[in-house]
Amino acid sequence: MEWAVETKALRREFAPSRQTGKNATGEARGARPAPVVALAGVDLTIRKGELYGLLGPNGAGKTTLLKILTTLLYPTTGEARVAGLDVVRQAVDLRRRIALVSGGEYSGYGILTTRETLWMFGQFYGVPNKEARRRADELLEIVGLSDMAGARINRLSTGQRQRLNFARGFVSDPEIIFLDEPTLGLDVNAAREVRRYVRRWLAARDTRTVVLTTHYLLEADELCDRVSIIDRGRILATDSPMGLRGHVRTGRRVVVEVSQADGLGEALGALAGVTNLRASPQPEKNTTQWHFTLEQGSHIAQVLELLSRRGVIPVNLTTHDSSLEDVFVAIVGRALEDEA
Amino acid sequence: MKRLRDWLVLNGRAAGGRAYVRIIGATREPSWILSDTILPILGMLAYVYIYRGLGAPRAYETFAVLGGLMLAYWISVLWSMAAQFYWEKQMGNLEFYFTAPCSRFAILTGMAVGGMIWASTRAVVGFGLGIFVLHVPMDFSRAPEAAGIFLLTLVALYALGMWLSSLFLLYGREVWHLANAFQEPVYLASGLYFPVRALGPWAFLAFGVLPLSLGLDAMRQLFLGKLASGFLPIGLETVLLAISGVVFIAIAAISWRVLEERSKREGKLTLRWQ
Repeated sequence: MEWAVETKALRREFAPSRQTGKNATGEARGARPAPVVALAGVDLTIRKGELYGLLGPNGAGKTTLLKILTTLLYPTTGEARVAGLDVVRQAVDLRRRIALVSGGEYSGYGILTTRETLWMFGQFYGVPNKEARRRADELLEIVGLSDMAGARINRLSTGQRQRLNFARGFVSDPEIIFLDEPTLGLDVNAAREVRRYVRRWLAARDTRTVVLTTHYLLEADELCDRVSIIDRGRILATDSPMGLRGHVRTGRRVVVEVSQADGLGEALGALAGVTNLRASPQPEKNTTQWHFTLEQGSHIAQVLELLSRRGVIPVNLTTHDSSLEDVFVAIVGRALEDEA
Repeated sequence: MKRLRDWLVLNGRAAGGRAYVRIIGATREPSWILSDTILPILGMLAYVYIYRGLGAPRAYETFAVLGGLMLAYWISVLWSMAAQFYWEKQMGNLEFYFTAPCSRFAILTGMAVGGMIWASTRAVVGFGLGIFVLHVPMDFSRAPEAAGIFLLTLVALYALGMWLSSLFLLYGREVWHLANAFQEPVYLASGLYFPVRALGPWAFLAFGVLPLSLGLDAMRQLFLGKLASGFLPIGLETVLLAISGVVFIAIAAISWRVLEERSKREGKLTLRWQ
């Protein structure tokens, strides 16, 4: 099978910062500082036509991996092939077939209009003049900037520039597109539009492939056919979002919101089958949310009995199946939000 | 054959796309016309009036006008070629250029062509002012040769700019000082407003590596004949210009290859604020 992306034992090290002379673990000057390992032997295969996500916290190695796959960076060891081409030896041929968009960034020249900008980026990929203009108009429509087609970039808001930057990636109609945190910094509606477009783009072209990095769990869950969880340069698990949930036995998530919290935590923690208990105070409502996992759904009866015995009437009580977030915590050992 | 044609089409379009930014920029910012055209011409005028005030031979006024003409291109090479990739990096375009399939030289060529066209508006205004308003002496009997030398000088100058662009990128945030360091001394070294012979033979040999010095000296000889106090024979200067153009392009190619290799090894070059 010809993969869209295939990596074998991919490793990337960076020299420690010259300014501090310290390595990643903070060892002082004097001792020869160890290199910072960004990727520690990544084996990965992505099928053609797949929408594949790399989910991980900041510094997990997502962007480094994307930079290697898009020919911006050499691996220290190991190999990577994209569209069947070696990223080191066949970089020039490969660049015709891929595109990279980094979210939260914007590029182009303030003096050009949005339409001219997309046309210009098309020229760098050799897109014929007329076709580049047609695609520019189509993409501006998709990212909701068609009424700004004649506006100069330096008159756009930050969000509008980011949307334009996203559109830029698609102007060459690449075989494989790499999206590095594509919705970073976008408002909710714009992010939703971006996700919708990615799905539509892929649906209309069944041999195209999308590889995206994200640290938004919802995005990975909603968008990706398969997700790899990456942390500290290692791929820890790869499967469909549904499949990943099945990988770990995470039980049922419960949130109980109460106004009287005295001693409730200890009592809940003492119940059989209750794990991962944590309190989340809600000062604006003067309540406390107790989050915990029940090993079995039937254990909810004990919880209700405890609340009744203590005369606590919950303001709110919800239960839900394990989410990708639960899977992430179970695999990585910490929540994504802990990195922020 | 098809591969070569595809390559030419791709890089031709890329060069055109990049040149478009420069060309269109010239029409969209009226303030640039003032800062890039009118103000520098005042500097040229000042030299013309100094020479008139001192009662210097009128050929000196031609030196100043031709110097003003070529200065437009040197400024363009320095700020819009050499320093440009550093600004591109800060604007977030450099990473894109490094992942695009076109050659870096296509982008540099686009910058050069766009820069030449933009600088030409200023050069034409200054040159026209010299001829039609100031009536500086100029013999046009060898104008075709002068045009040839002019084009050869531009090729060599912009090839130098391509090389400098890789060096400037390496210097990162110091680029502003670096561009300034290159700007003023070159006014002196190239004899922009005075006969370069005045610097003495050793200085000319040292600075003769600059296409600006060679091109100006040759053009002055073609427009002024013996009054130009030329330093080297025009034929020799033509050969040296052609050689310097080829050499600068070759050095630029090597320099960019080394830079790109280093960028991929270290992973820092395309990052902003590095």
